[in-house]
Amino acid sequence: MIHTLEELEEIAEAKREKDSETKEELRVCIGSSCLSLGADQIEKDLKEEISCRGLKDKCKVKGVGCNGLCSAGVLVSHIDREKNSETMYGNLGTSDIKSVAEAYESGTILKEKLLDPHDPFFLNQEKIVLENAGYIDPNDIEDYIAHDGYFALFNAIIELSAEEVIAEVKKSGLRGRGGGGYPVGLKWETVAKVDSEQKYIVCNGDEGDPGAFMDRAIMEADPHRVIEGMALAGFACGANKGYVYVRAEYPIAVEKLNKAIKQAKRLGILGQNIAGSNFSFDLEVRLGGGAFVCGEATALVTSIEGNRGNPRQKPPHLSDYGLWGEPTILNNVESFANIAPIIRKGGAWYAGFGTEKSPGTKVFALSGHVKNTGLVEVPMGMSLRDIIYKVGGGVPEGKKLKVVQTGGPSGGCIPEHLLDIPVDYDSLKSVGSMMGSGGMIVTDDSQSIVEVARFFVEFCASESCGKCVPCRVGTTELTNILDKFVAKTATKEDLILLQDLCTVVKETSLCGLGQAAPNPVITTLKYFEDEYLEAIKND
Amino acid sequence: MIREKARVKTFKINGTDVTGKSNQTILEVANDHEIKIPTLCYMKGLSCVGACRMCLVEIKGSHKLIPACTGKIKEGMEVETETESLKKHRKFILSMIFAERNHVCSVCVSNGHCELQDMSVELDMKHSSVPYIYPKFEVDASHERFVYDPNRCIVCTRCVRVCNEVEGAHALDIIDRGINSKIIHDMDEPWALSESCTSCGKCVQVCPTGTLTEKGVSSAEMVKKKSLIIDLLEARENRDRK
Repeated sequence: MIHTLEELEEIAEAKREKDSETKEELRVCIGSSCLSLGADQIEKDLKEEISCRGLKDKCKVKGVGCNGLCSAGVLVSHIDREKNSETMYGNLGTSDIKSVAEAYESGTILKEKLLDPHDPFFLNQEKIVLENAGYIDPNDIEDYIAHDGYFALFNAIIELSAEEVIAEVKKSGLRGRGGGGYPVGLKWETVAKVDSEQKYIVCNGDEGDPGAFMDRAIMEADPHRVIEGMALAGFACGANKGYVYVRAEYPIAVEKLNKAIKQAKRLGILGQNIAGSNFSFDLEVRLGGGAFVCGEATALVTSIEGNRGNPRQKPPHLSDYGLWGEPTILNNVESFANIAPIIRKGGAWYAGFGTEKSPGTKVFALSGHVKNTGLVEVPMGMSLRDIIYKVGGGVPEGKKLKVVQTGGPSGGCIPEHLLDIPVDYDSLKSVGSMMGSGGMIVTDDSQSIVEVARFFVEFCASESCGKCVPCRVGTTELTNILDKFVAKTATKEDLILLQDLCTVVKETSLCGLGQAAPNPVITTLKYFEDEYLEAIKND
Repeated sequence: MIREKARVKTFKINGTDVTGKSNQTILEVANDHEIKIPTLCYMKGLSCVGACRMCLVEIKGSHKLIPACTGKIKEGMEVETETESLKKHRKFILSMIFAERNHVCSVCVSNGHCELQDMSVELDMKHSSVPYIYPKFEVDASHERFVYDPNRCIVCTRCVRVCNEVEGAHALDIIDRGINSKIIHDMDEPWALSESCTSCGKCVQVCPTGTLTEKGVSSAEMVKKKSLIIDLLEARENRDRK
């Protein structure tokens, strides 16, 4: 059990000392994407190879979370602490393990698998949330502590008041990373001021947007960071209980979080009287049952309560009437993951990144027709063009980019000529899209825009909870009409109806998901009306 | 300090000054002042869910429409219930309800006593603006006294709420989601086999359409006892007071 900062420092020191005994490390990415390519087998085989060659004392093989470049998985990095160098290999299969081990033993480089760590993909990123991803072992709390983990929490509890923690978060200007962009500090302050015996901290890990996998990577690569952020929220707002709501389709994230919570409890970092204070905080993981709508805040708490995960009408807001009717803070995984560095290095430091109205960095999941698919973390305000071309490496096969879809099914499609807008909450909104949780799907000019719109609307129709009429009926009607456009059998009346339906669904649906469901149609109608007109049959 | 129960709020509905108690909703205050706001899923005595979107109103200064049934009143707020855009939205949403399932009045036992039908008259909806979807659901006539026809259901969930909140049986709930949402008995069993159903028939009486009806009635003969729930709740309150 740890009670003081000194004891925490001792653990960090001991771990660092132990690590320095082995001069070199082979880090295997065991994120979900690499796992699906056999990373677990590669880690096992590599361990065996290294120990067979008698190199165990010199080199440690370690599984780490996602380093971002999923398109080049499975990734293995060779770290030499003495030379302070990193050699990165990509596109590895189980058959390559022998050659990796051989190259390592003979001190040569496996040229055909070599990746350039100076690739613009890595150089143009700014890592705050993902600072530990790809470096630490997510299964080892000591590794997290050795990388400054839990120092923010202990410092806050021992040295700071709850108000000071909130002030620091407010100063950082951090806005909710789940998509809405509501100021995190303001949300915390509201709940802190509510007079209530019981309050809750809830983390939204129900990431369900097509093409979004930021939160999964954070939970898998650095689960303790989420826990620390939540505990800090609990300290700041006077809550002693938290829930991490994770979709059941993320079994590895669930496993890592549960393990991390267990380890934190064992060390007294979670539980009663944390850091010798009278602050107590307990954390539990709750699984989602496969409904996209449970990512909506009110539906999520209803689901934790054990009910059918339907949203309810706001107000009352969760800060007033949340989980089991108590004041509740609900933030997204990435929001919580930003908290520890903010407390550790100060709100002003964080506000130095990004733009004035959208400070900090944002993690994006790049997918679709882009060369470097994977996870990237960039400062807010970088242009879409830079993210896609500099970091993402552009559209493959020499094709032209047609649209970028941001914000998942609730977001909008942004055409090529608007790629120079800075990526921040307000700019994306101004072109009809939204930040969303961070999915970014690139589409090249071989795709029909109507089919792209139809894909997202059908997703919303099949994920509508069915509670309110405009979303339940409207999204199905929209899908049916878009079917006619895809089949090029639509009429002029269909186009008018399509527009009317978009307006009604957007303005009258009960929750954010219904209100945003027509966005892909609205934006594509705005920027690609020609394609809709072409789909109208002439007779 | 002002005592909680003494708080009264003054605000405007359609330009008229009205007063209400601080815990009242816009709809309740409107009803008290005989200002008619259309409703379908709302039923006095049951919890409010804001699902049918008929009672959407505009609040000055807010770009979001909110349902009057769940919106709590605020001092000085200015509520509009009959703007052109609200009327247009209402008619469109009503038309979506009609298009969703099978609402052919002439062969319905509730013809002439149907809240959905009344609403179309009230809102002057003469035709549907969206294409019909017509899903096919099985009719459940297994119960000895009642019939359940999901094809006429508007998923207002009054039956689910009355069974849970007034009868206390929770025999009804919803299966599936979106356009496939369907009211079910227990674990989607035939009504007659439901072990939690007490056969009290409250669900039938609160159903606004011809979805839940009594057996033995012919077309246009099903008249429901609309005041049943309020009478029952009042009787219970009087009994408790004694």
